[in-house]
Amino acid sequence: MVTAQDYGEFETAWCPGCGNFSIRKAVVKALVELGLPPHKAVFSTGIGQAAKAPHYIRVNTLNGLHGRSLPAATGIRLANPELAVFAESGDGCSYGEGGNHFLAAIRRNVDITYIVHDNQVYGLTKGQASPTTPQGQQTKTQPHGAPSAAFNPVAVAVTMGASFVARGFAGEIDHLAGLIAAGARHPGFALIDVLQPCVSFNKVNTYAWYKERCYALGDDHDPTDFGAAMEKARQWGERIPIGILWKSDRPAFGAGAKAPLATREPDMGALREIIEGYA
Amino acid sequence: MGASAVNIVIGGEAGQGLVTVGEFLSRALVRAGYAIVVTQDYQSRIRGGHNTFAIRADSAPVVAPTEGIDLLVALSAETLDIHRSDLTDRALVLADAAHGLAGLPGLAVPYKELCPKPLYENMAALGVLGALLCLDPAWITGLIAEKFGRKGDEIVAANSQVFAAAMDWTIAQKAAFACLPPPEARGRRVMLHGNDAIALGGLAAGVDFCSFYPMTPGTSVIQTYIDHADRMGVVCEQAEDEIAAVIMAVGASYAGARPMVSTSGGGFALMVEGVSLSGMLETPVTIVVAQRPGPATGLPTRTEQADLDLVLSAGHGEFPRAIFAPGSVEQCFHLSYRAVDAAERFQSPVFILTDQFLADSFRDVAPFDLDSLPPVARPLTAVPDPAGYERYAVTGDGVSPRLIPGFCEATVVLDSDEHTPDGHITEDLGVRVTMQDKRMRKHDGLAKAALPPDVYGDPDNATLLTCWGSTLGAALEAAQALREKGEKAAVLHFSQVWPLTPDAFMPVLGQARRTVMVEGNFAGQLARLVRRETGYVFDGRVNRYDGLPFTAAYILERL
Ligand SMILES: Cc1ncc(C[n+]2csc(CCOP(=O)(O)OP(=O)(O)O)c2C)c(N)n1
Ligand code: SF4
Ligand SMILES: [Mg+2]
Repeated sequence: MVTAQDYGEFETAWCPGCGNFSIRKAVVKALVELGLPPHKAVFSTGIGQAAKAPHYIRVNTLNGLHGRSLPAATGIRLANPELAVFAESGDGCSYGEGGNHFLAAIRRNVDITYIVHDNQVYGLTKGQASPTTPQGQQTKTQPHGAPSAAFNPVAVAVTMGASFVARGFAGEIDHLAGLIAAGARHPGFALIDVLQPCVSFNKVNTYAWYKERCYALGDDHDPTDFGAAMEKARQWGERIPIGILWKSDRPAFGAGAKAPLATREPDMGALREIIEGYA
Repeated sequence: MGASAVNIVIGGEAGQGLVTVGEFLSRALVRAGYAIVVTQDYQSRIRGGHNTFAIRADSAPVVAPTEGIDLLVALSAETLDIHRSDLTDRALVLADAAHGLAGLPGLAVPYKELCPKPLYENMAALGVLGALLCLDPAWITGLIAEKFGRKGDEIVAANSQVFAAAMDWTIAQKAAFACLPPPEARGRRVMLHGNDAIALGGLAAGVDFCSFYPMTPGTSVIQTYIDHADRMGVVCEQAEDEIAAVIMAVGASYAGARPMVSTSGGGFALMVEGVSLSGMLETPVTIVVAQRPGPATGLPTRTEQADLDLVLSAGHGEFPRAIFAPGSVEQCFHLSYRAVDAAERFQSPVFILTDQFLADSFRDVAPFDLDSLPPVARPLTAVPDPAGYERYAVTGDGVSPRLIPGFCEATVVLDSDEHTPDGHITEDLGVRVTMQDKRMRKHDGLAKAALPPDVYGDPDNATLLTCWGSTLGAALEAAQALREKGEKAAVLHFSQVWPLTPDAFMPVLGQARRTVMVEGNFAGQLARLVRRETGYVFDGRVNRYDGLPFTAAYILERL
């Protein structure tokens, strides 16, 4: 049986009080719930504070480049269908530098669970506006307020027909763990945008701010109702819904390897015939 | 060129089918036992413009293109004006009777009368060419049956009839054109272009993953993989951009695939961060860069050798790499195989630097001997002590045991940040130095395994034409021409341009009377690299950067 101990204890480089600690707890809880031993799960991350997460869990890890958690995860997934593949990174990494990959991953519907630590700010580079920073919110580098409209990742994902779209809150660990486990069980691309307080650089969207606003979606929300999903995906401000916003049974990406490529050798007989065919 | 050879140029607009005529005739010639070198010159458009498909065919081996045209098939009136000055003394022009011959010697082919539909004009052109070359018609009718068999007997019969009628018509014209003499016996041959051979070499080495974003002239490597993907079990995915293409390949490699990506300079510019990532993660990836003239979009469908500097220094920071530069279709196959092995063995990015000319150049080659290939290095799927496994264990040669995740209880941790031997992020500066030293030690292994340049002919007191990549054939022919004039001449060809092997080639340079670097770029990039690494300065340089491949004549005129 898999237990939380299997995933280890590590010293982190995060600020005390950061929402990342709670997200880490939720991830481990989900992995245990899924019964996944550490060597059967892979985490592909980008660069940022969030992207350091798999250094603090005993698990297979490819901590790659800023913006590129998804292409690496896609390569892993296509090469070995037997691994549980997670991509994890911050909002800047995932929706800014990696924006094109985000759109492509939704279209492919490749079987990856995507956990985005959405603190609405660039943490590691010390507080610049990110794609999800509300328009007008002041930062050190946007002293007159973030000039562009904020990106709404969940609404974009629902609009594009993503097959699993959820929003979680770092302050609701058990609820978040449930979302992550559901996303991992879902055959296809699963987005879990996690509202994450950054105690150092985001003085607006704090724990208290979220606690006051977040409410869990109940049985009265039908995640297969597109209209309802869009309405919940766009709800922000006084009340913010968390839970599975939208789900569909769109078939998962089918063009990857059917068995791990690592254990295959080329069929030299077939290749000989192929070469002869060029006569 | 003696009468044992013929240079056939088919010219016309894109969309007129000149590639169909060219490929049919090339394949028929190869099946009949002739040697060929094809040069495709085309514009970056789908219809119109002026394109050529040149076939140099010979009963003896042939290695390079040539300028003089013996048979000019003009599918457009413009073709006659453009190539008028390239015609040899014995040249014949084959033009549409509707356009006329514009005073040139040749045959005005009555396509309208020979073909029930304009669709069949390609077959009529093949009939005329087959008759003039005295090619056994069975070589072409056999191809017609193979190519159109799927479309039904009627289509095959209609095409064959047009072909036969055009042959008969040509024979009746009694045009004076020397037949190709019977070919030298060379055994069975296949017809491949350089990019086919790169893909086949990769398949032999076990390449099973291709992520790509289309860019001429790199795409045809991928197309060849895709053509055989279902049979050979290759995962091919068109990525959203070149950044994703290369990073997917790195991810797949981590998970145990043997990836190859292929692009051209502009796409490679986007891949550069992935090259550095491969260097830091020590995760193998083989990258084909098929060069075309830059900067920026440049001449999208023409040739150049100007991306050596780019590939040599691509990626921030310092890490080992190897760069192969095939000079022939055979080398495309064997160096592709070798590149995949080097990437796996040294856990580094490895490059194949080719160019549009070689990418598109069909040649006749002996089917590759798959049984004599050395084994390719493979990663591990199990380790003796899973709990103590370290992906970046510090070793004497810098190569750490590379375990693929998921097959044993060990976890495999890779980090693009500086990392400890177990793969975790660190800012310990002592560890940094240890790890950088470890990574760079792999350069020594790559250098030891590097191929020295090949010497063709006797360099002693000779004019030594030095070159790399696809320039080989033209340099060989230029050296031959010099020898025929009584001058001592030899060729030094680099099929690997990094790491260099000065111990092997400095003595050769020292033996020569005069050294000339011949390369397809403005700045003389390999000459500069050799100077940087050894201090050696070439006596002379010949450079070409007009988008066309080297020929012997081009080199000889500039010596
Ligand atoms: C190519 C590249 N550009 C810029 C950076 C610098 N950089 C590092 S992290 C980061 C932003 C991180 O923000 P986010 O993804 O939201 O993660 P957070 O730190 O907030 O968790 C940036 C711009 C980089 N490492 N690489
Ligand atoms: S900067 Fe913000 S997001 Fe980063 S660790 Fe500190 S509190 Fe967390
Ligand atoms: Mg952030």
